[in-house]
Amino acid sequence: MTDLALDITFGALVLAMLACGWRVLRGPEIADRILALDTLYVNVVALVIVLGMRQRSELLFEAALIVAMLGFVATVALARYLTRGDVIE
Amino acid sequence: MTELNPWIDGLVALLLLIGAFFLLVGALGMLRFRDFFQRLHAPTKASTLGVGGVLIASMLYSAATGRLAIHELLITLFIFITAPVSANLLAKAALHLKLPSKAGHPERD
Amino acid sequence: MSEQRSPAARRWLAHPVMSALLAAGWLMLQQSLDAGNLIAAALLALVIPRMVGGFIGDGFRLRAAGPALRLTAIVLWDIVQSNITVAKLVLNPARTPQPAWVPVPLDITHPNGIALFASIITMTPGTVSCIVDETRREILVHALDCSDPEAAARDMKARYEAPLREIFG
Repeated sequence: MTDLALDITFGALVLAMLACGWRVLRGPEIADRILALDTLYVNVVALVIVLGMRQRSELLFEAALIVAMLGFVATVALARYLTRGDVIE
Repeated sequence: MTELNPWIDGLVALLLLIGAFFLLVGALGMLRFRDFFQRLHAPTKASTLGVGGVLIASMLYSAATGRLAIHELLITLFIFITAPVSANLLAKAALHLKLPSKAGHPERD
Repeated sequence: MSEQRSPAARRWLAHPVMSALLAAGWLMLQQSLDAGNLIAAALLALVIPRMVGGFIGDGFRLRAAGPALRLTAIVLWDIVQSNITVAKLVLNPARTPQPAWVPVPLDITHPNGIALFASIITMTPGTVSCIVDETRREILVHALDCSDPEAAARDMKARYEAPLREIFG
């Protein structure tokens, strides 16, 4: 049963990421694109975890952690760039 | 591979499906809502119950297959701490850019 | 309490909650309780808070474990419940949400408490805290679907801020 659920989760994640990708391409505002990227990386974390469960490997856990960290830093830097016009003053 | 207890198997599957459902709903909200401030609510769903469900399922699954893995809790904790911060920064940026909002603009300087 | 603590303890354990989290985080990452990892965890827990102490200000001690646990339970329950409410809103094409700006006046003064309050508001779907205004002493919240902003503000204050005030004093 778990294997079936993993497949369904995979499909749902692909759809969710496509929706986020559409929002990244479409905009309309730059803040929308950043928000979509933020949601996209949350989905990627879930995707990597699901992949790890499927391959019964623990190695992918570190990948998920790194995706989560880089995604957060990227969002913060981009949001700061929008408000200040500069990341590091 | 060891055979899973059917109850745990079902529970893992259920948690996975709950996570998948909320991740999908979050992305749909992103497509459907009309202005930026409404779309801002989408990732809060995806990052709480969505990722939370998947991570708890993964924890339970690895515990049931014989290796205790609690480090998924770290990712959950990390996302729970960082998601509000990035949402808040994005909201500030959007207010700064004076993006249109259906609720009108808050009277601010 | 702090008068009874020795100077060394005050210097090295100025942030006991942070130290405990660091040690627990290290052990969880390593997935082991070897002597080496225990020593590394203890070192990290002692050294890192001292190194970043200048940036994060005064530490706080967990004054009230009971209210903290109760608040965690309330927040987790609210996350599940409001997730379902918002999911219904998203999946029903006939309904258009009525967004509103909700100013939430602050009674809590501890900066960590304010930060936690704002984070809790964002984590429960349907509300996002947009501006934490320390001079006006209020949080500006964007609510996704809200017909009565004042009732929503009162609700948030009663559910989250009251226990936070007990915890942070």
